[in-house]
Amino acid sequence: MNETETLKAIKGGEFLIRETSAEHVFIPEEWNEEQLMIAETCDTFLAQHVKPNLTRIDAQEEGLMSHLMDEAGALGLLGISVPEEYGGFGKDFKTSMLVTEKLGAGNSFSVAFSAHSGIGTLPILYYGNEAQKQKYVPKLASGEWKGAYCLTEPSSGSDANSGKARARLTEDGKYYLITGQKMWITNAGFADVFTVFAKIDNDENLSAFIVEKDFEGLTLNTEEHKMGIKGSSTRQVFFNDCKVPVENLLSERQNGFKIAVNILNIGRMKLGGGTVGASKEVITLAVRYANEREQFGRAISKYGAIRYKLAQQAILTYASESAVYRASQNMEEATEMLVASGLDETKAKLKGTEQFAIEAAIIKVHASETLDYVSDEGVQIFGGMGYSAEAPMDRAYRDSRINRIFEGTNEINRMLTVDMMLKRAMKGELDLMGPAQKVAGELMSIPDFGAAEEESLFSKEKKYVANFKKAILMVAGGAVQKLMAQLGKEQEVLMNLADMLMELYVSESLQLRVEKLAALRGEDNCKEQLDIMRVYINDAAEKIAKSGKEALNYFAEGDERRMMLMGLKRYTKTEDVNVIQARRNIAAKIISENKYCF
Amino acid sequence: MKILVCISQVPDTSTKVTLKDNDTLINSQGVTFVLNPYDEWYALVRALEFKESGIATEIHLVTVGKADTEPVIRKALALGGDQAVRIDVDSNDPYLTAVYIADYAKTVGYDLILCGKESIDYNNGTVGAMLAALLDIDYIGFATDVQIETNTVVVKREIEGGEETDLCNLPIVIACQKGVAEARIPNMRGIMAARTRPLNVIAPSVISPVTAILSYELPPAKAGVKMVKPENMDELVELLHAEAKVI
Repeated sequence: MNETETLKAIKGGEFLIRETSAEHVFIPEEWNEEQLMIAETCDTFLAQHVKPNLTRIDAQEEGLMSHLMDEAGALGLLGISVPEEYGGFGKDFKTSMLVTEKLGAGNSFSVAFSAHSGIGTLPILYYGNEAQKQKYVPKLASGEWKGAYCLTEPSSGSDANSGKARARLTEDGKYYLITGQKMWITNAGFADVFTVFAKIDNDENLSAFIVEKDFEGLTLNTEEHKMGIKGSSTRQVFFNDCKVPVENLLSERQNGFKIAVNILNIGRMKLGGGTVGASKEVITLAVRYANEREQFGRAISKYGAIRYKLAQQAILTYASESAVYRASQNMEEATEMLVASGLDETKAKLKGTEQFAIEAAIIKVHASETLDYVSDEGVQIFGGMGYSAEAPMDRAYRDSRINRIFEGTNEINRMLTVDMMLKRAMKGELDLMGPAQKVAGELMSIPDFGAAEEESLFSKEKKYVANFKKAILMVAGGAVQKLMAQLGKEQEVLMNLADMLMELYVSESLQLRVEKLAALRGEDNCKEQLDIMRVYINDAAEKIAKSGKEALNYFAEGDERRMMLMGLKRYTKTEDVNVIQARRNIAAKIISENKYCF
Repeated sequence: MKILVCISQVPDTSTKVTLKDNDTLINSQGVTFVLNPYDEWYALVRALEFKESGIATEIHLVTVGKADTEPVIRKALALGGDQAVRIDVDSNDPYLTAVYIADYAKTVGYDLILCGKESIDYNNGTVGAMLAALLDIDYIGFATDVQIETNTVVVKREIEGGEETDLCNLPIVIACQKGVAEARIPNMRGIMAARTRPLNVIAPSVISPVTAILSYELPPAKAGVKMVKPENMDELVELLHAEAKVI
């Protein structure tokens, strides 16, 4: 690895083998005035229309969710990134991510919003022909029509291409007749248009169809009873020789699986943004309660045990957010480059997104697990009231849980992270071999004690991140060599590697964000952010060491194992950080501001 | 009909105020500034309603402040203001503010000037009245309802213990409060249009201040609350006598 080489246009997955310069990452502290105004509109909309109605929303009061979607549509929030020629506002991916993040604090509403503006709208926008786009997209962007997406079936969840739904052409060649059963369909209860996946005849791959709710043969089951996101409409949708005009075939025959996968890449990244927004909201609720609730004569926010939780919630959230917007910017840049090279804009968007599918999977996992941690500790900070259905943590806790399941379970996303990385290496798109061999060579040489290196504000963390890359290259290289074709089936090892990659990507994103922030605002004005970075990277080193050790102890033996374990120790070594004091500093800021404030 | 809406930038209500320079200045570091709610929710939205119903033709905005006030001006433009003027000077003296606005308003000639009943930073609540005096036109404060009927306005206003309905001729300055209109949220179309709507910066009139702020003082920290059980009346009397010293 050339450690001094920095690239602006980093390719997807390249974070493992390249350095990125802080000046080239986008950080949320750089939102412009217009973006901040859009964010404020989202906040105000939630505060005035959604949050006071959460109980009514969860009771699925007739027409309420649909009405809220209409209101969001009237504000323009459903068409943020839809091009202006289709009734949207043509904003960039980061801005639509900002809206997703802000509305992510809206519990079930955020699910309805995300499903509509993501999987409900994007398949038609990205894969529809001109007539289909003209017919459906403006109505979806305005909210006049609501969208849903029918992929999952009772027997095909993660293995989406194994669906049983079938379509056959009528004798006159004018219609497809779809028969099948779709499950867990978000927004089904009030959707006007569904993107439905089914195989035509005995095709190997899925095709996709645009189905309107009034098409003959489409029926809805009753609402599912769910653990959380109770206000989100979730139903089974039945297709019984459902009559779909041939012109409603989306894209080409058998292109459905590709559509499903590509739309999921965007969905995963967006889920990251949405859960970051939800985490911030939970932290604000938690600190407000901690500042009010007194025990033993003092607000519980004065106690170290509670401060630890508040700080840890903020550390993980800030770290996730750093990764979300770094990757969003990278996707945008990749798209711009593809457009500049002559590719049509829609195709460029899809390709640019696909390029960062590894990062999207990482972000989905990290942000959803962060929200689960944040909500769980939110309940704990509320104590007895945390367990009461009268207080907000009950809903936050239940609503959080689905995020580790939908848009690809976190297990599937972890496996994809490693699988995509290795496939790209095999295709020659990513040179992992060269850097891995270099690390193997370094293992045999005398360790670099780094005595001569110049100290700067970020030199330690930069060194740690560079070493994390070496640790992963060493363990992953060893796993490929030892397990070879078998590696794909060794899921525990894949999970270990995915966790290591995730900690690396998030650590690096966080380090780059704080470095850029310090350059913008000065070191004295980002003390807590520096603490967040130090604690996170300190913990990440331990997690990477643990995952690496588990993997090595499984596939390596004898001297080789000893040598790699020593290497792992070397590459995950960090100098002592006073994490207790750092967490106290972070918590003190949140407590004094009485809200999430980074 | 041209309407002028006076808007100002104020610290967000959740701001924790701190002082600096020997308590002579308010520390603005880390403070989030917003559009004054009385100006935004009531004065501006009512003006927009008059335009939507065809009564008004143009809504102009004016603020007194430096360039850092432009984000809130653009928010008001996003809500629907047609154009804005920023009088380029910092002012926390209500008289000066009124003079600056009056001098500008005279150059255009407005049929109706709306403002909030007060700004939530200094809460003087006097700019509107002084502005009317300087322009030599009528003024109604604490309005809760504003209707326009040809060349007159019918205004309901809060008075001690009740409500008063006034009939006045235009032009007039009306200071608005809750009841006049319902708050709106800027939509995407407005937000994107705000960038293209004119925001002119003009120099303030030359005038000497008539007041000066010598120093600020934060309110004393609230003492804790002592709970007394209903059955312990003697304890309550003792506390009121010995501690609170009110009986």
